[in-house]
Amino acid sequence: FQIDYTGTEPSSPCNKCLNVSWDSSAPCTCTINFTLEHSFESNVFMYYGLSNFYQNHRRYVKSRDDSQLNGDNSSLLNPSKECEPYRTNEDKPIAPCGAIANSMFNDTLALYLIENETTVPITLIKKGIAWWTDKNVKFRNPTGDGNNLTALFQGTTKPVNWPKPVYMLDSEPDNNGFINEDFIVWMRTAALPTFRKLYRLIERKDNLQPTLQAGNYSLVITYNYPVHSFDGRKRMILSTISWMGGKNPFLGIAYITVGSICFFLGVVLLIIHHKYGNRNTSADIPN
Amino acid sequence: MSRELGTEPRERLMSWDPPGRAWGCFRRDEGRRRPFSWEVRANDRSYHKQFKKKFAFCLTKKKYSGNAIKTAKYNILTFLPLNLYEQFHRMANVYFVFVILLQTIPEISTLPWYTLLFPLGCLLTIRGLRDLIDDIGRHQSDRNINSRPCEILSGKRFRWQQWRHICVGDIVRLRKDSFVPADMLLLCSSEPSSLCYVETAEIDGETNLKFRQALLVTHQELVSEESMAAFDGRVTCEEPNSRMHSFTGTLEWRGESFSLDSERILLRGCRLRNTDLCYGLVLYAGFDSKIMRNCGKIQRKKTKLDRLMDRLVIIIFLVLLLTSLCLAVASGLWAKTFQENHSYLSALYQHTTPAQQAFFSFWGFTILLSIIIPMSMYITFEFVYLVNSFFINWDLEMYYPAKDIPAKARSTSLNDQLGQIEYIFSDKTGTLTQNVMTFKKCCINGTIYGASENAEPELCHHKAAAQLGLSWVPATCPCLLQGLGLTWRQQEEKLDFCKVTLLEAAQQDTDPVLREFLRLLALCHTVMVEEKGDQLVYQAASPDEEALVLAARDLGYVFLARTQDTITISELGLKRTYKVLAMLDFSSERRRMSVLVRDPQGRIRLYTKGADTVILERLQRRGPSETFTEMALDHFAQETLRTLCLASREVSEAEYSSWSRRHQQASVLPRDRAPQLRRLYEEMEQDLQLLGATAIEDKLQDGVPETIQLLKLGNIKVWVLTGDKQETAVNIGYACKLLTDDMEILEEKEISDILKAYWVSNNNLSSSREAFCSGNLSPQRPEASRHKKRALIISGDLLDKILQTEEVLKEQGRLRRWLAACRATGSQEQGSLVEKAFVDLATSCQAVICCRVTPKQKALIVQLVKKHRKVTTLAIGDGANDVNMIKTADIGVGIRGLEGMQAVQCSDYALAQFRFLQRLLLVHGRWGYLRVCKFLRCFFYKTFAGLMAQVWFAFHSGFTAQPLYEGWFLALYNIFYTACPVLSVGLLEQDVSAKKSLEFPELYVIGQQDQLFNYRVFGVTFLHGASTSLASFYIALWAFQDHVGSKAVGDYESFAVTVATSALLSVLVEIILDTKFWTVLSFLMVTASLLFFCLFSFLTQSVDAFRLAPTVFRFPDASRNALTDPYVLLVVLLSLVVNTIPSLTIQLYHSMAGKANIQQKICLKAKRAPEPSVELRAHIPRGSARRRSSYAFSHQEGYAGLITRGHSLRSRAARSTPQLLHPAAAPPVPPLPTPSL
Repeated sequence: FQIDYTGTEPSSPCNKCLNVSWDSSAPCTCTINFTLEHSFESNVFMYYGLSNFYQNHRRYVKSRDDSQLNGDNSSLLNPSKECEPYRTNEDKPIAPCGAIANSMFNDTLALYLIENETTVPITLIKKGIAWWTDKNVKFRNPTGDGNNLTALFQGTTKPVNWPKPVYMLDSEPDNNGFINEDFIVWMRTAALPTFRKLYRLIERKDNLQPTLQAGNYSLVITYNYPVHSFDGRKRMILSTISWMGGKNPFLGIAYITVGSICFFLGVVLLIIHHKYGNRNTSADIPN
Repeated sequence: MSRELGTEPRERLMSWDPPGRAWGCFRRDEGRRRPFSWEVRANDRSYHKQFKKKFAFCLTKKKYSGNAIKTAKYNILTFLPLNLYEQFHRMANVYFVFVILLQTIPEISTLPWYTLLFPLGCLLTIRGLRDLIDDIGRHQSDRNINSRPCEILSGKRFRWQQWRHICVGDIVRLRKDSFVPADMLLLCSSEPSSLCYVETAEIDGETNLKFRQALLVTHQELVSEESMAAFDGRVTCEEPNSRMHSFTGTLEWRGESFSLDSERILLRGCRLRNTDLCYGLVLYAGFDSKIMRNCGKIQRKKTKLDRLMDRLVIIIFLVLLLTSLCLAVASGLWAKTFQENHSYLSALYQHTTPAQQAFFSFWGFTILLSIIIPMSMYITFEFVYLVNSFFINWDLEMYYPAKDIPAKARSTSLNDQLGQIEYIFSDKTGTLTQNVMTFKKCCINGTIYGASENAEPELCHHKAAAQLGLSWVPATCPCLLQGLGLTWRQQEEKLDFCKVTLLEAAQQDTDPVLREFLRLLALCHTVMVEEKGDQLVYQAASPDEEALVLAARDLGYVFLARTQDTITISELGLKRTYKVLAMLDFSSERRRMSVLVRDPQGRIRLYTKGADTVILERLQRRGPSETFTEMALDHFAQETLRTLCLASREVSEAEYSSWSRRHQQASVLPRDRAPQLRRLYEEMEQDLQLLGATAIEDKLQDGVPETIQLLKLGNIKVWVLTGDKQETAVNIGYACKLLTDDMEILEEKEISDILKAYWVSNNNLSSSREAFCSGNLSPQRPEASRHKKRALIISGDLLDKILQTEEVLKEQGRLRRWLAACRATGSQEQGSLVEKAFVDLATSCQAVICCRVTPKQKALIVQLVKKHRKVTTLAIGDGANDVNMIKTADIGVGIRGLEGMQAVQCSDYALAQFRFLQRLLLVHGRWGYLRVCKFLRCFFYKTFAGLMAQVWFAFHSGFTAQPLYEGWFLALYNIFYTACPVLSVGLLEQDVSAKKSLEFPELYVIGQQDQLFNYRVFGVTFLHGASTSLASFYIALWAFQDHVGSKAVGDYESFAVTVATSALLSVLVEIILDTKFWTVLSFLMVTASLLFFCLFSFLTQSVDAFRLAPTVFRFPDASRNALTDPYVLLVVLLSLVVNTIPSLTIQLYHSMAGKANIQQKICLKAKRAPEPSVELRAHIPRGSARRRSSYAFSHQEGYAGLITRGHSLRSRAARSTPQLLHPAAAPPVPPLPTPSL
């Protein structure tokens, strides 16, 4: 299930926010109502999807400093040249540096169930959306005395487009700084210009109720991320996941097609074999 | 026949050097004619040390180098720089270094630094190690050679020292069987006349002994060590050079000067034989010696596929540049949009215009795609070749147990070419034939002796003879000889000719003609006899002569000894000594030889043997026995035997004395000696009385007709190029099934007619020459060849004439060019048109025999065919006269036969027998070609299939040259992930077994037509690879676009791993499907590939590696995360299936529908038409009843000159008192036959 909330159509509630820019201070909020026809029985994964966004642009991909993200103190204050032109701002090193970090997705999505005119917020879990390797190996906060991230990140400045510095991404200490999972997910660049990224998890609370029951919902978007300039689209996707991933028509169709072709070829070859095969069997050269 | 056969030995000597170079040197030196500047003073080391010469800039070194040699290229310090320098001579390596340097520029660095550096480093290391091992071997052999012991005169006596201590001007003492350490002037030896015997096996491979002789003056004067020490001669000679067989210089001593030639020189590398001691003065030492000067670089022959491969690499490179260019242009266009619209990217474009962006992208793409250039192909290729050569060496089917000779691939880079041969140029003597003559039959006084065709062979042996009571050959003969203190070599004693009746007749001794016949055989020859212990060993100039003398011996007329003017024979046990009055030697024009003897009774008789035509026209009378002999000759000729007529006459005392006087006068004539003598000989050889005729079998090697038959079935044309006469050549042609009775034979006249007709019509229509050139021959040609097979027999003279017309035409062309430059091109075309016409004619014939051709012409013919037909040629021969041809042809094969090793040393492959050629070509050649082609196909396929996805990815990443794969995957893909199965295909693939290959020679055609690898196949491979990469890429792309999942959600790393895995697996499966011949190795190789992939993925993506160097190992756990996702596995499976289905279907279709499968077609054909039997049978010549008789003398004159001069004959009495010879008067004599050890 997916909702496009870019707001290019004038009728869309988010149309008013279409022309937000990176440095607009006032957040623009819009709400989209939608109806789930079927209930989601198991855990639900919430994704955001962007299209026509070239996260695989070579110079964009390179524009990061893995050492800095890995908690290296010297790289923190002296980021790699790869980060240019997002390496320093006003003579202060940017943490995290680079174009990827700078363009981090910063819409906030909230989901409410509309039940009998009342809106019930649905708990969205922000942790567990990144790879274990990323969270524990690749991304680490700088080390130093104490756990005060503010102190650790002293001497650095926030990325240009960010409203707040990296050590204020989240309130929980194990989800803050470089190991903020939203940040990690964003930093794992997509392979294609149309991509989805995991945003939140909705866990099933008990065995009696479905995770998301069929009904009306409203999606409240804090619209910060400008995509209109490059004809990008933003979507919100809800999906459950079976053992082989989410619902996906492509693989099924492909397998059915290939299977039929195989079958067809098999029949054709069988016919050929019956018709002409006998003539040559005696002439085979045994090796 | 105007061609002098005596030129053969000279040609042989000349052929040592590459002809062009040798002649060039001569001309240059003759032109200058400056005095010699190389001066050597005996026993004066200090004199030589003072000279220096410049060699580079202002550096100097000693003019006279020491005797230490250094062939090793590197030492510890210079190895690295020199080896790298050498390796970077390869364009590919330089290119990759260039790309690696480009990568250091951050703007365009698209690949991580290790991606190209790692494989390049691996390749450089492998090759470097190989060079290192080679060089260590060279160091060792240098050390061994330099520390060989030798005796050098220092002070007053000889001391044992090492080779490296020898200096120019030293006097060295050599002992029996030691190697000559430097080029030396022979001063004296322990032998009479200071003769000195050397074996030059190390230099030219010839194992027969050659003799060198010291100057008379040094021989007489230098008798003691004191006199040696006091020797102060001065030698002035030419500067060191590479001409092995020429030397000019003078020795000045005691105010006199003596001229020196190569007969006085002992060359470094020779081995002293049969000489106890000899003394020499060192003239050239170390690198100045002739053998070292001759160590040139071997020019590597390139095969068709080599050249194709080089061209393909260039094509790939150009395509790569073009692709980069297109992608760069696209990136420029995109840059504009990115800059304007994509706010998150625009900062990256702040300081660059789209054009600059495109420029950077171009280089970026060049780097990115450079991985497609198959860098590791060359080294893998070399390895494939090397191992395939080992297979040839190891093949037991090509091992000749009789002489313990295996086949040997001397060149390791031509195996595939063996599968593409279209023309074979074969020598005759020693190649098709064994060069062993056996006395088969004879006709004496009208009676034919000798077994008929169907006689039991056992009967022929002397066991049978003993049963018949004719026991004296084995029994009496030794008795007789024991009286003389001699016995025969019993082990070689084999009475392999069947002449029971003849033996009987000889024993009865009743027929005077028979007696004369056998006496002639024992007397009229130039064979030398040597006692070897208690055995007699005959040394003959030609094997025919030996056969005749041996036959006489077996029949009781034993040739015992020869002095300058006597011949001693034992006639049925009776020892008689004949006085030789004159020897009328053989020449190719006379085609006969005679000997004039006075028998013990005092009668003078002339004994003549010669070609039948020559003898028959000099007969006294023609009676019934003569007529019968002629019939017998016809009969012998039909059995492909070589025939010879024997005649004799009595000479009166008066006639002899007058003739002898004139002969004496003529033989001292200063000029015109030869024609005068010839006239005298002619006078003597008249009114002969025919004694009979002999028939000698020139034995074919085993399996020659079958081999030629098979090769012909394999669509290989066999041309015989021989120095022999036409009759002999044609005979052999029939014997070995090259010519068949249903062939129309084109000889001199027909060839001239055809060419003339062609030429005339060509000249008349010179304006429309171009159009006519193809049209003229062809109306005749296909018409003729359609109806009957034709064979072309051409002699060297005619060939010369044909090619001379061309020369003349070129001359005219030059003239015309002077007159009117505009027509010059036309006439040049005319020149090559004659050649082309000839080649067209010759190639349209089923068989071509060129007789009486010189070594140079042999090479010329090969070159002609190569030039005009663009085919792959193979030359096979055994003698030094084949060297030119062997070097010219695409592949040279040397037969290790009786004629020394020269041919083998210049060849690419050495075989023991001609018949092994069928296995070499039809099995190894075909497999080699198949393997190399499949290898190339697989290699290119895997490269394209694996790495072209990068191009497709560019379309989805805004043309920014973002690499699709991880750096380590790219680095390891070619070397570790896919090299192994491709290698196993190249090493072991075969389509049908060796047995089937030989059974169906028609399969060979695929190689001749370049069917398995050409531009078309390359194109198909390219498309196949491209489609595989397309499928792998787009299936992954579509699958990831709409995918949601917990782990791999379309992120770059998972995507890269997915595409990489599906491409790799598709490639492996494709190779598995393509492999027809499965061995344990193939299985291991495929497994190894997969294991490598897993292992290296694990290592390079491990967390620890990332912690170690986060910028080098960027993909921690990417594979593990991606490949544990079932969804990704399903995607991989899907693309695998999609990639495999088409090729699987096509293969199944081919095998089931029986479509275009050559093997099967041929099988069917073979079933329908059984192979024609290949049995040797006599043939009846068509048309004229021309006999194919021949005087089977070989090309050289005999030793008559040497015998009558008596120089070399060591009479037992004269051993202690050497004869004095005037050195200047001794003309070059043929090598002295001496018993080999």
